[in-house]
Amino acid sequence: MADSDVKAMTANLEGVEFEETAFTTPVPLNEAKVAIVTSASLHHPEDEDFSPMDTGYRVLKSQPRDYVMGHWSPNFDATGFALDINTVFPIDRLDELAAQGTIGSVAEEHLAYAGNQFDLSAIRMDSGPAGAKFLKEQDVDVVLLTPV
Amino acid sequence: MSTLAHLFEAEGIATIALGSIKSQIETTAPPRGLWCDFPLGRPLGVPSDSEFQHRVLSKAFELLDSPEPIFAEYDVSIVDDGTEVMACPMPPRHDPDLHAAIDEANGIRPAYDRAIAKYGNRVGAGRTVQADEITTAIDAFIRVADGTPWKEAGIPGIPARVSQDIRGYYETAALALSDHAPSAWAGTRWFLDHTEAGRVVMAARQAMADAGEAQPIWFYMAPGDR
Repeated sequence: MADSDVKAMTANLEGVEFEETAFTTPVPLNEAKVAIVTSASLHHPEDEDFSPMDTGYRVLKSQPRDYVMGHWSPNFDATGFALDINTVFPIDRLDELAAQGTIGSVAEEHLAYAGNQFDLSAIRMDSGPAGAKFLKEQDVDVVLLTPV
Repeated sequence: MSTLAHLFEAEGIATIALGSIKSQIETTAPPRGLWCDFPLGRPLGVPSDSEFQHRVLSKAFELLDSPEPIFAEYDVSIVDDGTEVMACPMPPRHDPDLHAAIDEANGIRPAYDRAIAKYGNRVGAGRTVQADEITTAIDAFIRVADGTPWKEAGIPGIPARVSQDIRGYYETAALALSDHAPSAWAGTRWFLDHTEAGRVVMAARQAMADAGEAQPIWFYMAPGDR
């Protein structure tokens, strides 16, 4: 069993293709509020776990950093996240970049979705736009998207 | 990830999508995509290496300078060749009257608790089965491996989720049993191939497959290439 074997199983899964690529020119990075959005199904322990076909999202607060991996797929290594949350959710690194002035600020709340979805229509039509609205209401300028 | 990138950009938020599978990120073509040839589950590459993680982020944020959609490849690869296995000194058999997997799971409980105290419960038991119930779950899979239909074996939840809790219990305990940070998949290979509980899970999975159970019920009890 090697990582390449697992990747090969999923390499040809069909994704959503967009006819046009939307493109937003960001504010300068040192003025930008940055949020992380991950498909790693992270959630706080007290929040609802992800169900198998869950197309919703969970809000990840910057504190406490007690994130739990709720992903249903067995097809990724979890020990990296177990050792260091930044392997998947680089919140400490963003804090450091903000302290250095490289980025403007770090959002107080971030989002997690469940990445193991075969039907993306609900994300495309519902929870994706809802997540964007949530981030816009926080004045987020830039989103870093991380998978597992 | 790429679907969200398209949606967020359409709402006026700039995005950078990291991707671990090249063909996927190429096909879905997010507005700014950075393919990092890192093992699945480690999109920032190396745990507990802030310098490495910062270099990845620096490359990612560079893409914001592009005036148009852009796809880039990170210039460092981390390749798992499928051979490294965590080296975990295991406690000796304690109660010979117990099934070896049950005895083993009991034996590593102190290590599990130490790892939870150090790192928190990020991937360990608790999705469906709490740590105190892990041996109950293993016992149910022992019955399945021995021929009991899975619906009659007392599995305390959806088999895939229960097996995930057992794997998480072991991989978390391994962090305290080993003296080094594991490379990607080394903990999974240790669990599946070198522990009694891993053998039980795989035997139960095989028994369910052989019994003609629906594939989604047993397939996701282990990584799909098994």
